[in-house]
Amino acid sequence: MTLAVQLPQAGLRRYGSLLSPMAWSALAVAAAVVLLSVFAPILAPYDPDYVDLNNVLAGPGAQHLLGTDALGRDLLSRLMYGGRTSLLGPTIVVIGSTVLGLLLGLVAGWSEGWLGKVLGRVFDLLFAFPALLMAMLAIALFGKGLLAPILAMTIAYVPYVARLAQSLVVAERSRPYVQAYRVLGFRTPWVVLGRVLPNLIPTVGAQSTLNFGYVLADLAALSFIGLGVQPPTSDWGAMIEESRGALLGGYILPAFWPALVVVLVVVAVNVIGEELSDRIGGKLS
Amino acid sequence: MVVMDQAQAPAPPRGPGKRAANRAAAFIAKKVLALIVTLLVASLAVFFSRFLVPGDPARFLLRGRSPKPEALEEITRQFGLDKPAWEQYLNWLGGILHGDWGRSLTYRQDVSDVLLGRLPTTLQLVALAAVFITVLGLFAGILASLNKGFSDRFILITLTAAGAVPPFVAAIALVALFSVGLGWFPSFGSGDGGWDRIWHLTLPALALGITYIAMVARVTRSSMNEQLLREHVEVATSRGLTRGSVVARHVLRNALGPILTVSGVLVAGLLVSSAIIERTFGLSGIGQLLVQSIDRLDFAVVQAIVMVVVAAFVLVNTVVDLIQPLIDPRIAAGTESR
Repeated sequence: MTLAVQLPQAGLRRYGSLLSPMAWSALAVAAAVVLLSVFAPILAPYDPDYVDLNNVLAGPGAQHLLGTDALGRDLLSRLMYGGRTSLLGPTIVVIGSTVLGLLLGLVAGWSEGWLGKVLGRVFDLLFAFPALLMAMLAIALFGKGLLAPILAMTIAYVPYVARLAQSLVVAERSRPYVQAYRVLGFRTPWVVLGRVLPNLIPTVGAQSTLNFGYVLADLAALSFIGLGVQPPTSDWGAMIEESRGALLGGYILPAFWPALVVVLVVVAVNVIGEELSDRIGGKLS
Repeated sequence: MVVMDQAQAPAPPRGPGKRAANRAAAFIAKKVLALIVTLLVASLAVFFSRFLVPGDPARFLLRGRSPKPEALEEITRQFGLDKPAWEQYLNWLGGILHGDWGRSLTYRQDVSDVLLGRLPTTLQLVALAAVFITVLGLFAGILASLNKGFSDRFILITLTAAGAVPPFVAAIALVALFSVGLGWFPSFGSGDGGWDRIWHLTLPALALGITYIAMVARVTRSSMNEQLLREHVEVATSRGLTRGSVVARHVLRNALGPILTVSGVLVAGLLVSSAIIERTFGLSGIGQLLVQSIDRLDFAVVQAIVMVVVAAFVLVNTVVDLIQPLIDPRIAAGTESR
């Protein structure tokens, strides 16, 4: 009987087999959008707020690659600058909720007594507040803009990470390596932060990647209804709102481009997140 | 004779039956208690959120309006701002339980009246979206699960894409295609009653439901795929039952559990997203009322709507928890593992 052992492929090809072609294209799309947004000041052909009333609702052409909006502003430039606000919000929310959620999840999962139970109840309760609702309540309290919804959604997404981290820690706690460290007398903070935490990162990372897409969509929706990013700052959601008049008049492109970018980014992020969670084999809700 | 017969008849096996009834009662009591506790804590969070705003509460509540002395006095009296925080909360909670939800500054009306006037539109919209979600979601999920190979992959990719379309983008796309392009559906207003209402609500309901159509379809698909591999399905097929009856009675029924589980999230999501959809389509429901009240700094209304949505979410989750054992008796028996 022969045992088939799959050896890792050599060199760069190993990275090729790490992800599916689908995930590779998703990664490429996400990377392209991020780069175009980050380097917008260098790459954008026009000032995003430059109004050219002689060139209103122009179609795609050599001068304006994607056309112009109802005020003659260059759509490509607005999309690139809009990406800066549209991607910044979800990035802050995901980093904040991941760090907070990991910490709370570690504490909740490690403490066997009342603290874990109480934290579990708090997570349960936070689930009852949908992120978008919490963001709207925060805007009602602290005013329009990005700051209030970003803070509210960071809190709203903490239980998604914390609950997952908690269940993972509970599973890790009884594994032999943790027992061994405990028997050997290593200090708890060192074991938890140095040895248990790294094992949570892949699964939690997959969940946080998926969260990024949801947050992006929700923040864009808030800007769309005029509660988030305020004009004239360009933002994908706000751009769609600004284009509604043109849309009803039959000019689809000014609304189409930002809508396409939002959907592309969310699909790309979802594909990457699901690929990650499939790789890990952990089941995410 | 007859009486004796009855007396001599063996007593029905009351012991186990009674125990089961007791266990069911305890289960229901536990869930209802959890519901009340959750609602109370949620009401605390919603009420005391106002205290996060630094400064004079009367001026906060009157933002955007002229802070005349008599207005400040009225708002102080109305909200009981001169009383301690706990008393304010208890008054507010007591008011809510008695149907007194405070007064709207914008409409100069009781919040409950404003809400009740807007509620039918939102309920109709959410109901129609729920119909679309159930019918289209189940249909796409069953179709994907029963057809292997190309069509399964095609449906799955379509679902992944559809699930990533935010409701407001779907709304814009549907308006562009079916209102502006084809002219089949109106893009604004809620129409008159009856069929006209449904005709006006079709696009909004589709836009509202798209994320959840994809979600329900995906859950249905994976849940059915799991069931299709189980022995009892194989037995049913080998007994010669038709494909249709196997799917309907042995696969779908067992697959319903996970689908039902997501319905709490679904209802809350629909209510919140209706804020965006109602605004886009010019429907005067509580969603648009929420956005307008945030816009016009009418905090009493915002607070009331947030509480209604949270309560709806918690309530639906409790109902789902209570229904689950009827569909899957193993849950009642306390063996949730599958």
